[in-house]
Amino acid sequence: MKDHFTMDEPQPRVLDETKQGVIGTPMDRPDGARKVSGTAGYAADHKVEGMAHGVLVRATISRGRVTDIGRASVMDLDGVIEVVTDPRMTRNPAQGMAGEAPVQPGDDVHYHGQPIAVVVAETFEAARDAAQRLVVTYRKEDAASDPDATPDTEVGDPETAGDFDAAWAKADVRLDRTYTTPSQVSAAMEPHAAIAEWTDGRVELRSSLQMVRFNKAELADTLGIDADRVRILSPFVGGGFGSKLGLGPEAVAAAIASEKLGRPVRVVMSRQNVFDAVLRRSETRQRVRLGASKDGQLLALSHDDRVSNLDGEGFAEPVSQASQFLYRADGLSFTQTVARIAATPAGSVRAPGEAVGMVALEAAMDELADELGVDPVELRLNNLPDTHPMDGRAFSTRRLADCLQDGAARFGWADRWTRGTRREGDWLIGMGVASAARSNMLVKSAARVRLQGDRAVVETDMTDIGTGTYAILSQIAGEMLGLSPDRVDVRLGDSDLPGASGSGGSFGASSAGSATFLAAKRIRRDIARKLGCPEDALTLQNGRARGDNREADLSELIDQELVGEAEIEAGKTDESHFSAGFGAHFAEVAVNEWTGEVRVRRMLAVMSMGRILNEKTARSQALGGMIWGIGTALTEEVQSDARDGHVVTRDLANYHVPSHADVPGDMQVVFLEERDDWANPIQTKGIGELGISGAGAAVINAISHATGHRTYDCPALPDRVISSLAP
Amino acid sequence: MKTTLTVNGRSHQVEHDARRTLLDTIRDDLGLPGTKKGCDHGQCGACTILLNGERVNSCLCLTAMHDGDDITTIEGIGSPDRLSALQKAFVEKDGYQCGYCTPGQIMSATAMLREVSEGAPSYVSGDLDGAALTDAEMAERMSGNLCRCSAYPLIREAILMASEAET
Repeated sequence: MKDHFTMDEPQPRVLDETKQGVIGTPMDRPDGARKVSGTAGYAADHKVEGMAHGVLVRATISRGRVTDIGRASVMDLDGVIEVVTDPRMTRNPAQGMAGEAPVQPGDDVHYHGQPIAVVVAETFEAARDAAQRLVVTYRKEDAASDPDATPDTEVGDPETAGDFDAAWAKADVRLDRTYTTPSQVSAAMEPHAAIAEWTDGRVELRSSLQMVRFNKAELADTLGIDADRVRILSPFVGGGFGSKLGLGPEAVAAAIASEKLGRPVRVVMSRQNVFDAVLRRSETRQRVRLGASKDGQLLALSHDDRVSNLDGEGFAEPVSQASQFLYRADGLSFTQTVARIAATPAGSVRAPGEAVGMVALEAAMDELADELGVDPVELRLNNLPDTHPMDGRAFSTRRLADCLQDGAARFGWADRWTRGTRREGDWLIGMGVASAARSNMLVKSAARVRLQGDRAVVETDMTDIGTGTYAILSQIAGEMLGLSPDRVDVRLGDSDLPGASGSGGSFGASSAGSATFLAAKRIRRDIARKLGCPEDALTLQNGRARGDNREADLSELIDQELVGEAEIEAGKTDESHFSAGFGAHFAEVAVNEWTGEVRVRRMLAVMSMGRILNEKTARSQALGGMIWGIGTALTEEVQSDARDGHVVTRDLANYHVPSHADVPGDMQVVFLEERDDWANPIQTKGIGELGISGAGAAVINAISHATGHRTYDCPALPDRVISSLAP
Repeated sequence: MKTTLTVNGRSHQVEHDARRTLLDTIRDDLGLPGTKKGCDHGQCGACTILLNGERVNSCLCLTAMHDGDDITTIEGIGSPDRLSALQKAFVEKDGYQCGYCTPGQIMSATAMLREVSEGAPSYVSGDLDGAALTDAEMAERMSGNLCRCSAYPLIREAILMASEAET
């Protein structure tokens, strides 16, 4: 039987009462030895008997129709088995949590780079060769691919609170600025990959996916079969960052080709395929207007944005998400415009919204502080709202002020010099700050825990995409059952196991972690009954149960397997309270006066993000986000051809993710203690995305402090920095 | 085509397509999938192996050109129950997240530590007589290995820890 729990009221802090003492500890990952020895099995690593190799073929027009796939042009090549096309093939990955088939375009082409066929051969080399040689005939149509120029736009209704125009009119100081950020990509190190095999009408798919519960439904719907005929395995995922939320075209191609050919097929995207056909983050054009009184009170705040996507995709980068709850103002207004273009579709990339929206908002706050002549930390502290500015909900917990103050003290902010005045040889030095904020969520999740004597097993289709799920679920189950985490096995990424949230939106640890907590709690009840004590008198520690003067070793007390299964979903606390992670980013940079090169010298993030489950993996998540902030500020930019939308920077030599040399050794993370009783029964908040939210802005603000001039377009490449210096 | 390779101390004769890279030979023909394919273009470093003791991107090596060569892959460095000092340090320092670039980082770092100990200078070294293992030296010398999870500072802490354990 499955316990069902709805988050309707604040929850007691059970994990502060239990005695094992492993929650929050910087425990090594249980999957670590496998990862460092190359024995963790990622999707494409599996060798399946009789496996054929598939390579995707991309469309080389931006809109139109395939009139002839040109099968005859390659079928004579050695080793080629088939050129597979099928009306069920998908044009792009599903959006996160879609749970249904993505657009299935048939012979239609909607963007340059769209997968239109898969060539299957006996060897990878033969398949790749044939895919490149294939002579495809198209009927081309005109389509706009330039997000700035397309006439096809959808302007949303303004989201407002108070009267922006009136507040703007009253302001003593008005700032009206436009910022741009380019399209970006997740660029997970593991390219999207799938191996499909059919047995007795059931397909087993090994693929690199973040949300197995949804992906299973997506594959079933795509193929037009019942979900119970689909099994997905995704125990190790080589990075996701949003790009593997939804089932990808390589998985669909593998499943269809395998079905047609009656043998297992592996399809791995080339790195170029990944750039062409995996959802990107939209470029943004953001207009921020801040109006303030002379004494530094925000009166008016508006954040309007323009993003793009392909027709048929419901996703629009939620650029102003954090701007809607970070600061108070008498009038707030937010309007989004979506431009429709024939180009690689857009979707979730790490912290959709905040990752780029906060670059603009926090740069504008910095500029306002300069205009007002107040310290940027003070300006932020002076404008924190009492409740959610848009809907009046109470904040569950928010230690933003503590983060800003603690961070300022640690970073040496008081020693900050006048803008544009510190020089070390050819290098101009500056310090920048930005708030960090990312809304926190709870997504329906189930987990099962089995207790066999003094060993336990956690089972859920939850994934570990590098976030540390294997570690934290073993810690939660271990803590609740009084077991060392090394006595807890965690089984993940198998769609036959109870369905969890999956990894996305930083909600995985809270959602799957809470389900694991509740499943283990259920078992505690059974242990108490066996021991003969009330549940609240039960203490479990190091494999021993105690309560009401009774004691027993679990290995003796538990003579048959105890199973607990639980499911959690969001409830009334979500309506009454707004939960978000908060923090403060600080950065110090050096800017070369002659070349415009920017070097990050050190960064600090102070964060309050609920209970920390594992100090080590939490730190890694935070650091990763901060370094993505460096990428946003300094290096990352997808460049596309405005004529046909094709991605020009379609490999890792042309799209610059930060490398070792871009990242200083001095990257500090501090967690402030927090428990969010309104968020979930383990009092956690998401981490992975808070690290990036605001981080890029701290770097951008530091550049401005160093040079005395502003850059408005990300990334701050040397040419942009140099032109900002020109009088 | 036929090529003879010594991989992790064992000799293998492989029959392969002329276009096959060492990376695909190692992964698919020899059944050693610890070496990863991240870009197949020599841009990410996930496929780093030791070729006659030197670190190379195996995706840029055609198998046919390596007859008689000696190769070490991540599987030859240590197994889960017998990890090398560097592998242990990566676990302890959390010098990874998703783990996909990790074999390449460890292979690269294994060779890099030897290069430094032999006095090979880098772009950031003060002179041509070699350099100490500073953070700047490690950052420079490891920049051929991308990590999108961005464990960079922790990877370098792990390398430093392992180098100290060995000296």
